[in-house]
Amino acid sequence: MLHTNLTRGWGIAVSIIAILFLMLSSLVYGYTDTTWTDAYLAFMKPNGSNEHLIIKDVRLPRSLIAAFIGACLGVSGAIMQSITRNPLSSPSILGVNAGASFFVVIGVVFFSVQSLQSYMWLSFAGAAFAFSLVFILSSAGREGLTPLKLTLAGSAITALFASFTQGLLVLNETALDQVLFWLAGSVANRPLDLLINALPYIVVALLVAFIKAKELNVLSIGDDVAVGLGQKTFWTKLYFGALAVVLAGCAVAVAGPIGFVGIIIPHVIRSIVGLDHRWILPYSAFGGATLLLIADIGSRYVLMPQELPVGVMTALIGVPFFIYVARKKMGV
Amino acid sequence: MTWLNRFNFKKHPFFATILLFIVVVLIMIFSAGSGEYPLSPQNVLSALFGLGDDFARTIVIDFRLPRIVMALFVGISLAVSGAILQGITKNPLASPDLIGITAGASFAVVLFLSLFSDENNSLMVSIHWLPLFAFLGATLTALIVFFLSWKNGIAPFRLLLIGIAVAAFMNAGTTIWMLMGPIYRASQATIWTTGSIYGANWSQVKVLVPWSILLIVIALLLRRQMNILELGDDIATSVGSQVQKNRVILLLISTGLTGVAVAFAGGIGFVGLLAPHIARRIVGPKFQTMILFTAGIGALLVLVADWIARVAFAPIEVPAGVWTAAVGAPYFIFLLLTERRRGRV
Repeated sequence: MLHTNLTRGWGIAVSIIAILFLMLSSLVYGYTDTTWTDAYLAFMKPNGSNEHLIIKDVRLPRSLIAAFIGACLGVSGAIMQSITRNPLSSPSILGVNAGASFFVVIGVVFFSVQSLQSYMWLSFAGAAFAFSLVFILSSAGREGLTPLKLTLAGSAITALFASFTQGLLVLNETALDQVLFWLAGSVANRPLDLLINALPYIVVALLVAFIKAKELNVLSIGDDVAVGLGQKTFWTKLYFGALAVVLAGCAVAVAGPIGFVGIIIPHVIRSIVGLDHRWILPYSAFGGATLLLIADIGSRYVLMPQELPVGVMTALIGVPFFIYVARKKMGV
Repeated sequence: MTWLNRFNFKKHPFFATILLFIVVVLIMIFSAGSGEYPLSPQNVLSALFGLGDDFARTIVIDFRLPRIVMALFVGISLAVSGAILQGITKNPLASPDLIGITAGASFAVVLFLSLFSDENNSLMVSIHWLPLFAFLGATLTALIVFFLSWKNGIAPFRLLLIGIAVAAFMNAGTTIWMLMGPIYRASQATIWTTGSIYGANWSQVKVLVPWSILLIVIALLLRRQMNILELGDDIATSVGSQVQKNRVILLLISTGLTGVAVAFAGGIGFVGLLAPHIARRIVGPKFQTMILFTAGIGALLVLVADWIARVAFAPIEVPAGVWTAAVGAPYFIFLLLTERRRGRV
């Protein structure tokens, strides 16, 4: 749709405005009835009323977290789909989310981890472990890495880690209380400190990915051509894999495992801006933020007065999309 | 497994099956004897036959036996369900949990529990309806998955991909219903969806066992049809088999078995995948001979998983589903790598 760099540039501007609008909506809409004026006054002339407190201390962190984590998931999915050449790759499908959650739960159960910083490192380690495991396992065998083997190995690893996590939680009930809500994958009721802790990693990883995006273009032509053009494909895949893992790990550490954002967004973005990763990656960031913000606002209304974990919302939206991709693009 | 080949069970499947059943019975006796109050096998046997002291009889018959019988039939049901599913889809990687049927049944069970419970968490309708609900959930999900996977036939891998997606959808639905119900039910359901036989009692066993036996007997009666189906549609039609009708009946038996198992034990994963493969390896691929052996292996897997669940971290229970997944998931990846090479999927 957007074929020239000028229109693509304008598109970025429009996306930023859209995201700001959604973030503001996220401050205003929800179970507690508030108006746009309340939101304005809460920051300019806070009077300590319930509405103002909710807007500042509950909804503001929530909307910031939704925006940043959505961006992480979108870009992480786009990178994974590109380096594995698999249209179904995404942090949830390849077992990365499950691996990160498992490591965090190990930390909580066995080492009584409390500090936000160690959540982060455990989450990175788990994400990296799961991603390498799935990558290595599905590369085994004569025909090497195929999209199908990757997807199925990912789902098996997910099942394995998920059931280990369950087992650990049954063993330790205090840990269960601590992590059960987090495990559902949600952006609500998270301390803003979690995001602030992760922010340096998120920003650096996003910037590096945007700057280096050109190498993904070369890679996507095919390994042979990329090697011929002088690219060290192994290293390119390795550090882009690391970037995807850091982004997915941050997302899990802050919001818990949220699925399907990383799979939907890159497809939608490719159909809008084409196949140039210099555009795909930033657009995926904005797209992911938009989707997660919308899903989060929606999650407040589906079961009013209760809230749905946003991971459930993204699954409900994402599954039909997954099926569409599996039928159209997987060549099976 | 060279020592297995030396015995060559493939030539004597009957002998192998008898041997397996003896092992299953032994495991049941040992499992009934272990726990917080250990009993020797002799004491277990005497308690079973109404001898011995009252205390031992209460422990064995009222507490441990319902669980063991439940594990036995859940294992048998899941294994046979998996074997039928692998046969009718001609897909060695198919099993009720991997293609979403278990998730559908779980959703139906949570729906049933939250719709028909009152404030005191007791059921307003008879528990006899629960397996029916689970069966309907399993069947509907199976039909949805097959329908969505259909594109000039059902390619094995497409079936798995669609199954993974539909399972995610059903799990999201389960979460929604759990959130809508009272909070204590949610925490119960979390353990239950991982698959556990915790808290089995005789009234549940009395519902499970007749259904399970009925469906397995029908499956055994249709064993010849199953073999013919596995030869391929063309051959099956030419020898006079009503291919589509038989396939639908067998599918219903398979979803029915998954349904009754899930209704009482939750989603104990990978049993339906593992058991038929192990059985084929030992007694060969012929459906008539492998089906009983598959049932035995399924029983063995769930019995042992439940035994470990009960004893390993006593007094805490680690759901049996955790142990079957620990074995099953690596095996699934192994199959993924080897079956693909052999060109079966």
